Amino acid sequence: MLEITPAHYMVLSSALFMIGVIGVMVRRNIIIIFMSIELMLNAVNLNLAAFSQQWQHVTGQVFAIFVIAVAAAEAAVGLGIILAFYRNKETVNIDEMNVMRW
Amino acid sequence: MPPGFSAADFYYILPELVLVAGALLVLVVDVLTSRQQRPLLGWVTIGVLLATMLTLLPFSDVDVLASRGLLAIDGFAFFFKLVFLLTALVTVLMSSSYLEVEGLRAGEYYFLILCATLGMMFMASGIDLVTIFIGLETMAVAFYILTGYLKPNRQSNEAAVKYFLLGAFSLGILLYGMSILYGLSGTTNLRELATVLATGEPSTLLIVAVVLVVSGIGFKIAAVPFHMWAPDVYEGAPTPITAFLSVGSKAASFAMLLRIFMEGLPFLAEVWQPMFWVLAVVTMTFGNLAALTQSNIKRMLAYSSIAHAGYILIGVVANSSRGVTALMIYLMLYVFMQLGAFAVVVMLRRRDVVGDELKDLSGLYFRYPVAACAMLFFMLSLGGIPPTAGFMGKFWLFSAAIESGYIWLAVIGVINSAISLYYYVRVVVFMWLREETLGSPIVASPAMALALTVALVGAVIFGVYPGPLFELAESSAQSLGGVITGVGVSSF
Amino acid sequence: MEIIWLIPLLPGIGAAVTGLFGIRFFSKAQTAFVACTSMALAALLSIYAFVQLLALPAEARVYFVVVAPWIPAIPLETAGGIGEFAVDWGFRLDPLSGMMILIVSGIGLLIHLYSTSYMHGESSGGYARFFCYLNLFCSFMLTLVLGSNFLVMFVGWEGVGLCSYLLIGFWYHKQSATDAGKKAFLVNRIGDWGFVLGIFLVFFTFGTIDFEEVMVSAAAMPIEAAGFGVISLICLLLFIGATGKSAQIPLYVWLPDAMEGPTPVSALIHAATMVTAGVYMVCRSATLFTHAPMVMTGVAIIGALTALMAASIGLLQTDIKRVLAYSTVSQLGYMFLATGVGAFGAAAFHLMTHAFFKALLFLGSGSVIHAMDEEQDMRAMGGLKLYMPVTFVTMLVGTLAIAGIPPFAGFFSKDEILFQTFLHNRALWVIAVLTAGMTSFYMFRLMAMTFYGKYRGPAWKSAAVGHDGADHHGADAGEDADDGHGTWHGPHESPAPMTGTLMALAIGAIVAGFVGIPAALGGSNAIEHFLEPSFVVSADHDVGEASGVALAGAGGEHEVSHGMELGLMILSIFVALGGLALAHRLYLKQPELAGAWKARWAGVHQLLFNKYYVDEMYQSTVVRGTMSGGRGLWRFDRRVVDGAVNGSSWLTLVSSWCSGLFDRYVVDGAVNLVGWSVSESSFSLRRIQTGLIQNYALTMLIGVFVFVSLYLLVG
Repeated sequence: MLEITPAHYMVLSSALFMIGVIGVMVRRNIIIIFMSIELMLNAVNLNLAAFSQQWQHVTGQVFAIFVIAVAAAEAAVGLGIILAFYRNKETVNIDEMNVMRW
Repeated sequence: MPPGFSAADFYYILPELVLVAGALLVLVVDVLTSRQQRPLLGWVTIGVLLATMLTLLPFSDVDVLASRGLLAIDGFAFFFKLVFLLTALVTVLMSSSYLEVEGLRAGEYYFLILCATLGMMFMASGIDLVTIFIGLETMAVAFYILTGYLKPNRQSNEAAVKYFLLGAFSLGILLYGMSILYGLSGTTNLRELATVLATGEPSTLLIVAVVLVVSGIGFKIAAVPFHMWAPDVYEGAPTPITAFLSVGSKAASFAMLLRIFMEGLPFLAEVWQPMFWVLAVVTMTFGNLAALTQSNIKRMLAYSSIAHAGYILIGVVANSSRGVTALMIYLMLYVFMQLGAFAVVVMLRRRDVVGDELKDLSGLYFRYPVAACAMLFFMLSLGGIPPTAGFMGKFWLFSAAIESGYIWLAVIGVINSAISLYYYVRVVVFMWLREETLGSPIVASPAMALALTVALVGAVIFGVYPGPLFELAESSAQSLGGVITGVGVSSF
Repeated sequence: MEIIWLIPLLPGIGAAVTGLFGIRFFSKAQTAFVACTSMALAALLSIYAFVQLLALPAEARVYFVVVAPWIPAIPLETAGGIGEFAVDWGFRLDPLSGMMILIVSGIGLLIHLYSTSYMHGESSGGYARFFCYLNLFCSFMLTLVLGSNFLVMFVGWEGVGLCSYLLIGFWYHKQSATDAGKKAFLVNRIGDWGFVLGIFLVFFTFGTIDFEEVMVSAAAMPIEAAGFGVISLICLLLFIGATGKSAQIPLYVWLPDAMEGPTPVSALIHAATMVTAGVYMVCRSATLFTHAPMVMTGVAIIGALTALMAASIGLLQTDIKRVLAYSTVSQLGYMFLATGVGAFGAAAFHLMTHAFFKALLFLGSGSVIHAMDEEQDMRAMGGLKLYMPVTFVTMLVGTLAIAGIPPFAGFFSKDEILFQTFLHNRALWVIAVLTAGMTSFYMFRLMAMTFYGKYRGPAWKSAAVGHDGADHHGADAGEDADDGHGTWHGPHESPAPMTGTLMALAIGAIVAGFVGIPAALGGSNAIEHFLEPSFVVSADHDVGEASGVALAGAGGEHEVSHGMELGLMILSIFVALGGLALAHRLYLKQPELAGAWKARWAGVHQLLFNKYYVDEMYQSTVVRGTMSGGRGLWRFDRRVVDGAVNGSSWLTLVSSWCSGLFDRYVVDGAVNLVGWSVSESSFSLRRIQTGLIQNYALTMLIGVFVFVSLYLLVG
């Protein structure tokens, strides 16, 4: 059976990361964009966990748990901000967000 | 390494602990006081910051690793913590009248400012990727909320969403880079990282990681092309927060940058020096050119702040103890100049005048000569005219660049300073040479007057008599590992 | 003498008081009191310091005062290894700076007094603003001349530039005034750039920027007679700085426009003091310049050409202040000619006499303008000598002085320059003599058009009451708070503070020359001997002969006989009289002849009348190019943020835009092309384009992408 090496995890995580990036680039709905960013952070977590296993210590896993915790905090704050925006503009379409430019 | 924490670990983070306790105290006081007693909160916050500063003072010449090697309590951290606390202090001073005019709740506002300051302090003393990351996010989350603090205001909403989304996006990039660094080295401690990775030719993956980390930090310091959020966010955020963001957040990010690159990756100087060289040149040039035609002061100051990030990057490129010293001096001077300029803008905010358009400054000199003269001084200082503080700072930065062999960088910097004079002087033109506009009278509250005084005194004193600051910065820069060995390599 | 640092400080305090409190709280009398008192104290201190200086033996006449350290010592690389860069707030009093502080504080005080009356029509806020600027100017100018190193001098240099800018644009509601202010500011930036680079190079070469130390080390270096070495480069850069501030070719264009400012400002800043800062700086660096003969020649040529060109433009101007402005440019050219031939003493001497008579002429013209209800066109004047006798007589003194008629001040100083030039270079001497003739012509033309002939101005309203005496308007100005004029009562003599100042300056214009009576006329040329220690550094080895060659004038031993010198003097007097006679003939005796000549040489007339089209030339090349570049960049910025999605086009834009910085012509075309292509593509792309945040994120990604690919592909 093929052994799973860190390189495999890297490929998976970079694919996940790219999917997240593309999501940020192309989606219109702010919530979905935010979810895409979460994908990017999860790619990071995957990396950290895989490397942690490779080096045989927990530093990476601890790091990953911090990332998850912080992502949760960000999500809470972010959703609040998006809600405030929605109250004012009645939309979560990112194209409508252009009061300030140039 | 000791298995657990000792009492000493708590001693070393005493200033941070005081700040946390103080932040909680602010929340409690907020609940206990009535709406009429709101100004009290501001003074409580000032007290907290002063107490923190006081507890910080014993650490001026300490140099230890605390909390199992997660934090470096050294001169470098001391200097930056001083910068953050001063920034927060002036910001709080200029906030009270603004909060009143906008009708905002003060408790959470001050609490969040203290939280952001706390995050910055951990960024400065963090010597482990995890600590730095936690500090960064503590600061960033507080700023996301503060940016959108004007809830009914569309611009503020929009600024918050933009800042939040792009901030999280850049965080993803930064963390991905950090995770690769961890994967290659097996450690998150910067000093260990430096020893583990220092051998051999840098791998492609390592270079990709460095690029990702540079990009993530580039976002925080608003370096072109990672700056796009800055003008919008600066324009939309409440003005005192804009000031705090443009000074405090930038200074903290530079502290983080220096820690990561000079403590953690000094052996890769050949990789990141050219990168920062390009960033510095593009950033200052773009910032200055874009600032030329702005009509909104906050937006103009945003571009100007981008340009200043470019100047400050020169200190990083120099990659010498002189460069770091110059960078630190410049940041300290920048605190006074930039906050002073913003304090004047905040003061212009009245019931019937938004006060952030250039034309709102028209004829200021005829009605409020003191404010106009202060603004003149800050503008000249930002422009780098001798004998102001800004001239001193630029002088040291450019001379550090020349010393390290980056003569062209210094030349580009000088040309940029010359360009920037145009828009700084334009502000002066409006204040002096335009008919005054009408509006309700400007009232400077005692706190606001104090904020202006602090900024002005700092900018004047350090411009005319910079000796003590120079010595402090020089000794602080020495404690940053790697710098002493890092001799400037001229590759451009 | 330890208190010389107070001299610049006092007007500074005056400026702070009038600026911070005066605008809102002071009456005009209080403002005038504060401003004039601070200047008077500075003037008294200057005289005190100067007297003390005179008491010292000639060799020991130099005094340093260090007020405080400024830039702490930091190691910086120099040509001779690592040097210590440390700068003090240091002041230096020696014969040259002693003479300058007397001029600046003395004439400054007189002009303050004059302005108390001239600016009376302003509101009390504007009045205080004016005096704040004026005081501030004097403060910076005194810093400039007293500074003991290049950097302190540069502080003053920039400061006077700022004040000049503020004062030119003082009447900011006038578009022409603000434009002129901007022009002065921008043109001076070009010069300052040279000056700053010069200072850098001075430090790099000598490891210090203190005048004394630099001059001593420079004196020990060989004269760069054969090649263009580092000292020549320093001198060239410093001279570029001087051409900006002192309005020499090619940077003179700002000075005539600067006449948009109030007339006392023109007199003080744009005639007597600030514009001579460049000459002062060159004199201060005399030792450097004597070691760079090639640059000296260049300085002399630029000076002579400027003198000739400006004088020829002055021949046909009709605005009274513009004639004087071009005359100032021309006289400054004389001073540079003198420094260029090594006659630094003569340059400084002419600087001093010029300060008197040109301030006098400007203030006189101000008096005329005041009397004519702000009319500046000489074609609408004439016959004014009947109405304003004091102004007429004093201006006549000034005219005789500038034309070089003995025994007025200008004769001695100008003749010294002509003589030194004659010894040095005959071609330049011819130009200088030609210029002298033109000077005499345009000045007497000015007098003729203004004071002689028939009155050509508008008729005045009220019955001709009291337009003949100074007392009427003096009383009038006293009680009239807001306007000073009300209805115009026709030309009248100016009030006492103005005429008093004119008389004081007229005395100066008569006697100032007597300190430099040349040996040929039985004098001892006292001023040049007095100033000499400022130009010659205590010689050790070959310096003595170096200065002996270059400082021909200062040494006093002329190779030619006194007879020769006398002959030249008589020649120049005849040239001056010739100019007078021509002006008399053309503008008084046979005015129709002027028209005939104008028709005959229409081309030349057109060329001179339009000032050689230099402004138009600058407008169509430098100014337009820069402006369109700036606008293009702005458009570019807006469109990129708004619409550019395509990464590659973004990169193309950036690169084309960078190259545009190097060549504005390229940018002009490229920006238009880019603007067009971006607007076209953004139009079609707008419908499929996502929101703005994503653009921002995309830009960041492109940044990452570019860096990664640079490293992976380039290595």
